[in-house]
Order: sequence, then structure tokens, then C-alpha cells
Amino acid sequence: MATIAGSLEEALAPIADGCMLLVPRGNAGVAMAATRALVRRGAKRLNLVAVPTSGIQADLLIGSGCVESIEAAGVSLGELGPAPRFAAAVRAGEILVKDTTCPALHAALQASEKGVPFLPLRGLLGSDLVKYRPDWRVIDNPFANHDPIVLLPAIKPDVALFHAPMADAAGNVWIGATRELMTMAHAARATVVTVETLHEQNLLDDPVLAAGTLAGFYVEKVAIAPRGAWPLALPGHYARDEAHLAEYARLAASAEGFARYLDLYVHERRAA
Amino acid sequence: MSGARPDGEFRTEELLAEVMSRLIGDARHVAVGAQSPIPAAAALLARRRGGGRPWVSILESRTHNFFTDGGRELFDCAGQGRLDVFFLSGGQIDGEANINLVSVGDYRKPKVRFSGSFGSAYLYFVVPRVILFRLEHSRRALVEKVDFISAPGTSSQNVYRPGGPIALVTPLCLFAFDREKKRFRLQSVHPGHSVEEVIENTGFDFDRPAQLPQTPAPSAETLRLLREVVAPELADAYPRFAASVFGIPTQRRSGNGEAAIRNP
Repeated sequence: MATIAGSLEEALAPIADGCMLLVPRGNAGVAMAATRALVRRGAKRLNLVAVPTSGIQADLLIGSGCVESIEAAGVSLGELGPAPRFAAAVRAGEILVKDTTCPALHAALQASEKGVPFLPLRGLLGSDLVKYRPDWRVIDNPFANHDPIVLLPAIKPDVALFHAPMADAAGNVWIGATRELMTMAHAARATVVTVETLHEQNLLDDPVLAAGTLAGFYVEKVAIAPRGAWPLALPGHYARDEAHLAEYARLAASAEGFARYLDLYVHERRAA
Repeated sequence: MSGARPDGEFRTEELLAEVMSRLIGDARHVAVGAQSPIPAAAALLARRRGGGRPWVSILESRTHNFFTDGGRELFDCAGQGRLDVFFLSGGQIDGEANINLVSVGDYRKPKVRFSGSFGSAYLYFVVPRVILFRLEHSRRALVEKVDFISAPGTSSQNVYRPGGPIALVTPLCLFAFDREKKRFRLQSVHPGHSVEEVIENTGFDFDRPAQLPQTPAPSAETLRLLREVVAPELADAYPRFAASVFGIPTQRRSGNGEAAIRNP
């Protein structure tokens, strides 16, 4: 059963140094307040897995030296261009990148969700992704002749971390139509969620809300973090802070600028 | 601002949106992925002209996106053959339509690192009509051979592949792709550009007809639709593009004059 943590820091305790940490794409509820808390804590050797892409969250963690490896289909700041600390770390050989493609991440998490060792996926054959992924296998479809197909091992993350609109006292979390959060929580051993607010009734008592609710059964910790996705959007609640993200892109372009960003917005907390 | 241009003048982005919109042709479902504002404009333009057909899924949009089963739904749709058209780009694209979204130089210690392959390594195989686009037409972007194959342009006979590239759109020209010959063929050169310029700036060999047509300019009605109807619809997924190309204020969400079209 989930517990409502007294503080953000307490909620993040399951995210141990060296763990495999699963995080969602930019518009799916990224726990940015929690990410800044991880940087302040000095988290180390995280094996980050993005579902299926990441942006400022991965860039911030990588630039802060929190990341040993990242598995992602893409890391970028979208319209603002490349993710600068990610690109710099890769060029310097400082992090291990496990390049993949979006549906491969979804499928490998679904394998974990089902408790099966792998799932097959079409495409991929002839891509250099396969060459650099010794953990993937190509077999001949046993139900046909001469039909090669790629097998992806289940991804079994230690912790899934995301931000959602609301939870209740039982740790049920309302995610709405952002269903990949459900898959993430099912696939991970533990799930940590930050939310905007606590809902007074049990979310599972209302059939409309229940359809978009992740049961507290899967959730280890919930912390309340108003505007916890800032500067990213929490769809339906607030938009991306374009000006701030542009400032991040500008500062993070250099190591010195990135250090300045951390001083301004991460180490000394500043109201969103 | 969109209304400020004299009659008949258009921006390259508008021409490319028109070219891509024609390439979409008759389709039931068109999807647009990350970092693809011009394809998004093309898809919305096609939907407006088709009176609501095709269905349009813009991944980074909340409004123009019907998925309710998470990020996997697009790919499951595509795997079943429920997606007809998609758009891909690449840091490098080569003469056999291989695309590279990963890196230049040694993979483990690259000279340049791009964002990553996104959905390309899957969608390029299963979407029947993939439209390639590259907004930099240069020898470093359009190369003889890519440094890293995110997704191959063609596959051997025994590989399951109902999909693949049909065309490549750049600011200079339109190429068609011939899957049998594994080669691009120059289809038309955009107004204000020449075949010589295309040859000079393309790093791969391609076929071309003796008589080369010019890409038709967008009509006044197309430009009106793009500026007055499509541009405001773009703003929720691509606010910076909508602002810089069409002068749409970032907080504006819906057009004026014509009722918004959404997927049915």
C-alpha cells in the first residue's frame, strides 16, 4: 500500500544510487520537482530508461553527473534543439547510451508487465540499432518460413517516477488518458509519484475517475508537489514554460552556463 | 505577420507544406512525430481540404491526437496497417534512403550526436507511405552513405516490410524514391532554384528526366488556408514554429473565421 510521504525527499528514498529509473516523455507528466531534488541529493549511477524519449529531465540529470546509462529512443529539447548536456556527455564518452526505438521500449515494458521474458517486434532488421544491442535477438518466426523477427528482452526497472494531477489517501493515482504511466507502473518493481493535489474521496469509488486511475497497489510513495512538472507541462493543468525552457537551452549549451542554471534553479530553490 | 505578405508571395515552409500535403494523397490516417512542424501543417492542410479526412495524429498535440491508450497506440495502429502516411527526417539521409538520426563518426565516441532514432526503425517498415524531409539541402545532410543506419531505406525480400519511403522533400526540390532501383529520382525543382543547384548540394547520385518541371507554387486559396486556418491549429504542438512562420501568438489556440475541424 502506498504511503503519502511527508516530504519530496522522503518519497524519493526508493530511488537508490545505481538503480534503473523509468521516466516518461515530456508531455506525459515528468516529475521535474523530484528530478531537481535528486540532483540536490547527489544521486549517482542512475540507469535511466525514457518512455520512450526524454528532454530537460534527462539532460539535467546527465549534466549533474547522476547518470551512468540511458536507454531512450530520443533525447532532445524539441523545438529548442538538441539536449546539450546529453550530446556533450555522449561525445565525451561519459555515459553509456542504449539507443532504441519508441515501440521497442513500449514492447519491452509490456513484456515485463505480462511477466514474460521477451516480446517480438517488427521492423528493426537492417538498422544499426540491432548491431549495438547485443541484448536483442533475431530469430526466424516459428510460425512461418524465412521470416526473421527481432526479440526484445523485458525491461525490469527498479523504480518508475512520474508526476500526475491527483492521488488519494490510499495512494491511488489519477493519470487520465496517459496510459503509458500505467504500463510503467506495472513494469517497475516500485513506483514513486508526485501529484498536484490530494483528492478527498477514494478515486476508485467514482467509475469515471476509476477508468483513469492507477491503483495504489502498484505505488510505493506519493508526494504532493504543486506545479511538480514545471517547467514542463502537465496537460490539462498548465502549459510548458517556454521562456524558462529557452533559458535552459541557452545556459545548458556550455558547462559553465549549466552550472549557473543549477545555482539559479536547482540548488537554491526558486518558486515556479 | 501572415497577412502582411503581398499577393502570391510565400515562404519556403508554406511551399513545402503544400508539396507534402499533395504527397499525402488519399489516406485514412496520417501521423506526425516529433520535431515535424511542416509535416504537421501539411497533414492539417490535407484534412481541411478533405473536409475532415484523413484522420490526423500529431503526437505532440493534445487537440489533434485521438490516442487514449498511451504512447504505444500509434505503433500498434501502424503495426496493424491502420496508419497510411508518416514523416521522417534524419541528420543524414543517403542515396538509398537510409536515414541516420543517431550520430556522425564513431558511434561510441561520435563527432556529432543527434537526438536518437525515435520511431523510425519501426515505422519506416510498416507505414506504406513514408515521406522523408530534410530542411538543410547540403552535401553534409544528403550523403552518399550514412554513418549510422537508424532505419534502412530498403530491405531484402524475406523481411516483412509493407512500408517504406516514397519521396524526399527539401527546400530545393522534390525527389521520388524507387524501391526497386534503390534510388531517388528528381521530380521537380522549387521556384527560384535550379537543377545545377540541386546537383551541387546533393551528396548522392540520383536519376532525373530530360525535361524537369518546376514545383507548382501554392495557390492563393492554399496560402489562405495555411495562414488563417492551419497556423492557429499548429500552435499547441509547435508554438515556436507557429509564431515565427505565421506570427501566431503563443497563447492563441483556435482560428478565427472558420470553425475548427477535429478528428470526428
